[in-house]
Amino acid sequence: MKLTHLLTSAALALGLASAAVAQDKTKVGFIYVGPIGDGGWTYEHDKGRLAVEAHFGDAVETVYQESVPEGADAERAITQMALQGADLIFTTSFGFMEPTLAVAEKFPDVKFEHATGYKTLPNVSTYSARFYEGRAVQGHIAGKMTKSNIVGYIASYPIPEVIRGINSAYIHAKKVNPDVEFKIIWAYTWFDPAKEADAATALIEQGADVILQHTDSTAPQAAAEKAGNVVTFGQASDMSEYAPFPRVSSIIDNWAPYYIARTQAVMDGTWESTQTWDGIGPGMVGIGEISDAVPAEVKEEALALKAAMADGSYHPFSGPLNKQDGSVWLAEGAVADDGTLLGMDFYVEGLTGEIPN
Amino acid sequence: MLKLEKRPQPSRLWTWVTPILAVVITMLAGGALFAALGQDPVEAISTIFWQPLFGEFAFYYRPQLLIKGAPLVLIAIGLSLGFRAGIWNIGAEGQYIVGALAGAGVGLAFYPTESWVIFPLMVLAGAIGGWVWGTIPALLKLKFGTNEILVSLMLVYVAEQLLAAMALGLMKNPEGRGFPGSRNLRQYESAHNAELITGTGMHWGVVAAMIAVILAYVLLSRHILGYHIRLAGQAPKAARFAGVRSARLILFCLGTSGALAGLAGMFEVSGPAGQVSIDFNVGYGFTAIIVAFLGRLHPLGILLAGTLLALTYIGGELAQSNMGLPAAAIQLFQGMLLFFLLAVDVLTNFRVRLSRPEVA
Amino acid sequence: MMILSSIDPVLLLASLMVASTPILLAALGELVVERAGVLNLGVEGMMITGAICGFAMAVNTGSPLVGFIAAAAGGAVLALLFALLTQFALANQVASGLALTLFGLGLSSLLGQGYVGIKPPPTARLDLPILSDLPLVGRVLFSHDLMVYFALALVALVWALLKYTRAGLILRAVGENHEAAHALGYKVVRIRILAILFGGACAGLGGAYLSLVRVPQWTEGMTSGAGWIALALVVFASWKAGRVLLGAWLFGGVSVLQLNLQAAGLAIPVEYLSMSPYLITILVLVIMSADKSRAPASLGRIFHASQ
Repeated sequence: MKLTHLLTSAALALGLASAAVAQDKTKVGFIYVGPIGDGGWTYEHDKGRLAVEAHFGDAVETVYQESVPEGADAERAITQMALQGADLIFTTSFGFMEPTLAVAEKFPDVKFEHATGYKTLPNVSTYSARFYEGRAVQGHIAGKMTKSNIVGYIASYPIPEVIRGINSAYIHAKKVNPDVEFKIIWAYTWFDPAKEADAATALIEQGADVILQHTDSTAPQAAAEKAGNVVTFGQASDMSEYAPFPRVSSIIDNWAPYYIARTQAVMDGTWESTQTWDGIGPGMVGIGEISDAVPAEVKEEALALKAAMADGSYHPFSGPLNKQDGSVWLAEGAVADDGTLLGMDFYVEGLTGEIPN
Repeated sequence: MLKLEKRPQPSRLWTWVTPILAVVITMLAGGALFAALGQDPVEAISTIFWQPLFGEFAFYYRPQLLIKGAPLVLIAIGLSLGFRAGIWNIGAEGQYIVGALAGAGVGLAFYPTESWVIFPLMVLAGAIGGWVWGTIPALLKLKFGTNEILVSLMLVYVAEQLLAAMALGLMKNPEGRGFPGSRNLRQYESAHNAELITGTGMHWGVVAAMIAVILAYVLLSRHILGYHIRLAGQAPKAARFAGVRSARLILFCLGTSGALAGLAGMFEVSGPAGQVSIDFNVGYGFTAIIVAFLGRLHPLGILLAGTLLALTYIGGELAQSNMGLPAAAIQLFQGMLLFFLLAVDVLTNFRVRLSRPEVA
Repeated sequence: MMILSSIDPVLLLASLMVASTPILLAALGELVVERAGVLNLGVEGMMITGAICGFAMAVNTGSPLVGFIAAAAGGAVLALLFALLTQFALANQVASGLALTLFGLGLSSLLGQGYVGIKPPPTARLDLPILSDLPLVGRVLFSHDLMVYFALALVALVWALLKYTRAGLILRAVGENHEAAHALGYKVVRIRILAILFGGACAGLGGAYLSLVRVPQWTEGMTSGAGWIALALVVFASWKAGRVLLGAWLFGGVSVLQLNLQAAGLAIPVEYLSMSPYLITILVLVIMSADKSRAPASLGRIFHASQ
């Protein structure tokens, strides 16, 4: 048995070596969880890939595989890419974490970048974006623009990232509008236009006139447009075909700067395993053009908020803040630490309803 | 004018030729499809069928064939028993999920104890879980006459929601930082469905599939129950005269196919997949239906058909990443395969005759 | 009950009618097919093919009406494949239906490659001057888009056709006893093919409603099992057109209600709420089967005229 194991590793190494010798271009691979035409999450990652191609020209070759299911198929897809000689592989979904690590162990000379994960290896980095900064801007605009004081939120799964977003949006809506109420629907999907349309409609029928979403399709914008005076925000990509109304702004995932930087690091030989969590400042989180449907002074305030977060002078989770059960979370002047944020599993004070499970 | 004349007995020759003919026609039609998509048809077909077996990295892909094919064969064997008797279990996907949940649940309950007895218990749990999920439509059919196709299918959606509930709630990894998904069973020694011989892809699920093929063959050809199954499908009235108790048959077929699907799910979750996650199920329960028909509901045929379909999956992925062929094209390809098989199958039971219009 | 007060029953009913339209259309088509004695499990495939055909044509021509016509045609063409397989090649109906579903899913994904994320032309909403503004009834009955009314009209049409016309009688005869019908000189195969095509067209329309009105967008696999629900509906309705309407409302209603309950703050775990439509369908199926209403006697059996 041991001999077979040895032979297999040798064969793998040989395969990799021969592939590596065969080319001097840096090969960068991308594993996508959805189709590149989804207009949201995967679409933006692919834009990052195209930016890498444009930036490096002939020195870099990119390959990708889309709609890869998480699990055993993912491991095979990643292994395939490594066997074909990729030097750097981006795996763009949380669910690829275990497959990425498993393949990374078999290919120690290939570098891996895992999006939104938390486990690393010497050849595996993780990266994610501080989307909650974008939510702060959205919450501010929402609080100011809602007339019914009901804001609808289409949440996906009860994971820390989504809860952070809800909390951040709520804190900033409440700051400018103490009467605001959030109604939350858990769609249990990242992308399901039919369900998102139904969820948006249900929220609108219950009085919401602003819809925030953590799901990736434009269906809520379409539902809002049908209903009339409902404000929405683009998610993951600009969704500008619904501007200037109902979409008044958006959060844009901008992976290009990071992807280019990491590819450069591999080419220079300076690549190291890191855990990156960037926000508006480094450019990973983009705020979409705030449309003219937003009153001028609200727009100014939102942009000021954005600038303050960009230069680090303001943190969306600054005290005094209490948890939903009334206990003190952050004292006056304190700022949330990354650890708590990464594992956030509680609502802040004022939010009604419970987090599922 | 072409006329179809029923043969006195299904032709033995055509029984074996039709699948091969169907595959060939599908390759031609598929090639035309790929050409229409702007790809070189020969390269596409060879990437799908040849590369995984004999190509540059075949040493990696051949074991993957076993990994991908094992659940398909295991589930299809179970399904074929029912299909032969006219009992349509369309809910194998749901039974697969419930079996996986049951098996993983048992494994996680024992964490972190290490013991050799845990894995066999998980196997048992997986089989029982799938068996229960398959028996529900059976009981409803027996007691109320409810159509088993629809009930077993609705239960698939229920099972999917159950999977989400487990992945996000009860089975969520307490050390997982709030993210959905259970512990990784591959890192839990006693629960890991490891490869028996490293690098060959042969895990316990593959072994189970082989055993299932042999047992099914013996059952269908030598055992009285197998005879009843075959009779019930071909001549229901005669079966009743022969004393076949349809209630027993329904319970047996649906229960067994449920158990086998549950086993497949359990082996998958503790092996190649590794954890209970929301998107754990990838449609094996439905693809197994194609495998069952492609294999002419015969155990050996199913073994071959399962390997063939696994080949189209793996080769298809290769074509996707090497040639940029869209994933949907492969799905279409598999649908075409079943279509052509069903169409060509007419030759097994009927003879084609040219006839002149009758003169009055 | 304070939570529930935030749910507006009028709006809920209106949403229910919209939600039920796709499955209503598909189920009506399948009802006719099954009454003729054919079991076509490929409804999901035909629906999604209709969804992409309708979407693509609507986007290309700018007219949702053209889209719907194209959707009906697309569904019918796919159904034709099924008809050829089962009526000429005498293939097993269950397997053929499944093959159709798989084929339809793959075909639609392929055809839809260039259409993801595109906004389709909006379908007109009925806006009757006084009637639409009536307090309760206006929103529920008079403010929908045309397809909702079409679907309702189709229910009446199918019911009347099956019950009162000679064509309907012949169709039912073929479904009950195809041997006898053949002996009487009726063209069993021809009638079944027509029924299958009708079923395909209806399923296509149902799918297009999803992609052009209800969402409206194109995504791979967007029917998410609606075709299977439609099949369940036909059994639930004991093959009677009027009951199909009730069933569609029930199923559409449960899905919509589930989301509204969540938004209103009800603390039932979401996954169990999401399970409810399917569990209720099973429950209803059980009750209906115990009702001893018979399926058409020749349903699913292969007909081969042996002369």
